[in-house]
Amino acid sequence: MYVESSKGKIRRLWDFHGGLHLPDNKRQSLQTDLTSATMPARLILPLRQHIGESAIPLVKPGDRVLKGEKIADNTAPVCAPIHAPTSGIIKGIEAHPIPHPSGLNGPAIVLEVDGKDEWADLPAPINDFQNVDKSLLLQRVRESGIVGLGGATFPAAIKLNPGKAIKTLIINGAECEPFITCDDRLMQGAPDRILNGARILQHILGAEECLIGIEDNKPDAISTLRSHLTDDDSIEVVRIPTLYPSGGEKQLIRILTGQEVPSEGLPAQLGVICHNVATAAAIADAVLEGRPLISRLVTLTGEGIANPCNMEVPLGITAADLIEQTGGYTGKSSQLIMGGPMMGFNLSTDQVPITKGSNCLLAPSEEEVPTTGSALACIRCGRCAEVCPVNLLPQQMYWFSRAKELEKVQDYNLFDCIECGCCSHVCPSHIPLVHYFRFAKTESWAKEKELQAADHAKKRHDFRIARLERLDAERKARLRKKKENLGKKKPVKPAAKGEDAKKAAIEAAMKRAAAKKAAQQSPPKNTDNLTPAQQKQLDAVDKHRAETTADQE
Amino acid sequence: MQFQTFSSPHTRRPNSVDKVMLQVILALLPGVLAMTWYFGPGVLVNIVIATLSAVAFEALVLKLRKRPVMPTLYDLSAVVTAILFAIAVPPLLPWWLTVIGMAFAIIMVKQLYGGMGYNPFNPAMAAYVLLLISWPIPMTSWLPPVVLSANPLDFMQIVSAIFTGSPPTGLEWDAITMATPLDEMRTNLDQGHMISEIFQSPLWGDFGGQGWEWVGNWFLMGGLWLIYKRTITWHIPLAFFAGLTGLAMITFLFDPESYPFALFHVFSGGAILGAFFIATDPVTACTTRKGQLIYGVAIGMLVYIIRTWGGYPDAVAFAVLLLNMAAPTIDYYTRPQVFGHGDNHG
Ligand code: SF4
Ligand code: SF4
Repeated sequence: MYVESSKGKIRRLWDFHGGLHLPDNKRQSLQTDLTSATMPARLILPLRQHIGESAIPLVKPGDRVLKGEKIADNTAPVCAPIHAPTSGIIKGIEAHPIPHPSGLNGPAIVLEVDGKDEWADLPAPINDFQNVDKSLLLQRVRESGIVGLGGATFPAAIKLNPGKAIKTLIINGAECEPFITCDDRLMQGAPDRILNGARILQHILGAEECLIGIEDNKPDAISTLRSHLTDDDSIEVVRIPTLYPSGGEKQLIRILTGQEVPSEGLPAQLGVICHNVATAAAIADAVLEGRPLISRLVTLTGEGIANPCNMEVPLGITAADLIEQTGGYTGKSSQLIMGGPMMGFNLSTDQVPITKGSNCLLAPSEEEVPTTGSALACIRCGRCAEVCPVNLLPQQMYWFSRAKELEKVQDYNLFDCIECGCCSHVCPSHIPLVHYFRFAKTESWAKEKELQAADHAKKRHDFRIARLERLDAERKARLRKKKENLGKKKPVKPAAKGEDAKKAAIEAAMKRAAAKKAAQQSPPKNTDNLTPAQQKQLDAVDKHRAETTADQE
Repeated sequence: MQFQTFSSPHTRRPNSVDKVMLQVILALLPGVLAMTWYFGPGVLVNIVIATLSAVAFEALVLKLRKRPVMPTLYDLSAVVTAILFAIAVPPLLPWWLTVIGMAFAIIMVKQLYGGMGYNPFNPAMAAYVLLLISWPIPMTSWLPPVVLSANPLDFMQIVSAIFTGSPPTGLEWDAITMATPLDEMRTNLDQGHMISEIFQSPLWGDFGGQGWEWVGNWFLMGGLWLIYKRTITWHIPLAFFAGLTGLAMITFLFDPESYPFALFHVFSGGAILGAFFIATDPVTACTTRKGQLIYGVAIGMLVYIIRTWGGYPDAVAFAVLLLNMAAPTIDYYTRPQVFGHGDNHG
């Protein structure tokens, strides 16, 4: 397929297997103008708002902080600092409900707002970004706490340092999930911030071209961005067909470049880097104004919410406060979803705060998003495979996941599943396929962790045997020395020496046999009492795995 | 405020198994009505007997297995099995054979493998084959199409024939039954007749057996409607016809007097019903697109081979069952290339 991109150029587009045409339900939240939330009395700032290591608080209860002041950070390579969204007093650092599919609590900084909204000293704007050292720009992006705002929350600075030559920068404005419109609003309302961000990114990466991909159900966003492009720009706004999940990073790269990101690889391998439009805008703010990431655009929508809209909201405001501000609930919804209906997750409480990755709060009515009844048996109709954008065979994966045959599921490329939900969406038997795949993934991780723990335990065991042997040898050496010392007093019989050697040889043989026997014993199964250091190592491995498989923006 | 939680995705396409099955039933209707027109109301009586017994057996087994009965009955899969079986067997089949067929289909073929979705074999075809092997005579005693019948039976005569198992008073079985066109063709060919001679008989219509060709046409309509409705895809039916007509064409060109032309094979016997409604049964067919093409072609070719050189005049049921067996293997070797696993990158 060929389309005309912004500069009258003809661009070829590619398609990917499967995908869905979903009713987009975007109109509801686009009916009102963009507004800003008022500051609530209290903000909750989880220490982990990104993929990677949690931030460590730099403040303690009782401290007064200013707007834009860094309040948590970590020197770990994959981390993004957190800044105070307004001025106020730190009330505490405590466990609090956080937006996470697990529904578990997480540590968060509680900030009591003082209402003065007093800014801290911000770093100086870098206006001639073309002429400063790139490391300075990278440093600025990192220090501003910018992460992928499309929902993936991968620290942006890391993606800007790929260590490979980058040819194409892709700015993701596809926004393919139904109901969500915050990127659309941003593109219509702040085209210059996005374009400036794109220019900065392009400069940092040294990318030849920059493609802004937008689904064709957002004509206003496309025309606004196009009208703000200057002539000499190497930036092109490309109108792509509306097909879920074209906003998935790998799918968008495929649509725009025809290339497939290798299964276990990164886009940078293809010379491509992809950032969301909101991330680009945040980068422009950080570089051109020195403003850290302390707020974001959120879509509030669904018939369960009185006045669907898009809002600029301070990070840390709770969903409850936010919905209250827009006019509260209508009572037409029994669920609250963070994110879109396809990939978002249910919140069990609205006391969770908005974090850097929260793009949407959706309270749909039963007609908008029906809750389904119980699942029937799979009839092997193959529809799930037909719509899978990764070209997987969900039905077979489901079969093996159910049977807990984890190796087989992995054989069917379980870990390539991006959890887009297309398969579950079309299944006539209403089987929650994605649910099974998540389960199989977690099980596989747990199993691998167990294997590694067993490996560890085995090493520890071998080490212990070696140590015992060494001690034993030392003891024998001492004994021998003693004997020799004793022997010095008496004349040594030559035969005795031979006997000694023989005895030592026998002992050594026995020892070897014992060691062999010990080694043959199965490795201890108990993996519970690991040392803290070992546990930490395992956790690190786990986390790394989670990161590499997490769906990027 | 507290909320309910579900697993994503949160939206579903509003289709479900019962809707799929209902569409299949609707698509069968024109063909069923045509059959009734040409072969009398025995077809409908068979459908009623088969449906009642299939549903009863399903309910019984579910009760014994301590599974919820109603959701499974509502999925209509037992009804589809019953209708497919009832239209594949002769219109005067004694009622108890139909009941045995359904007992075998539902209890042995479907439920003992775990119920809906788990059966490796198409239940209707397995039952058909079981009866054909065990009771070959009643299973091959077809009524002639009404237009050719010397003694068209009325409704009561048909009902009594089905329930008593004996022909209406004053008549012999031989007087009211007749070989199927495929049977006729085989017998004549075996006796050394030429095709051009065989086609002189009034039994033949334009491209298939009298009546049979029209029944086939109406099933074809239903099948095309299913494709249009996206309940099935074109892959299996098209591949089926390609396999069948491909072989037929080769042999026909080789010797037109000993091998009937390709369309004859499509419009006689169970080919159309098989291609659109039986081979496409999702539970027992291949699921990958490439696999479905292989599966369809193989069934088509087998049908031709068995019809021409095998022991039975029609072979759809055998061919389908044989390929049901091969489906998992075909699926395994036709897995599509997963995104990011090809060489279409860097
Ligand atoms: S869509 Fe559902 S019923 Fe159909 S093959 Fe996939 S899992 Fe089975
Ligand atoms: S959730 Fe996974 S298996 Fe299902 S369609 Fe998406 S990528 Fe394919």
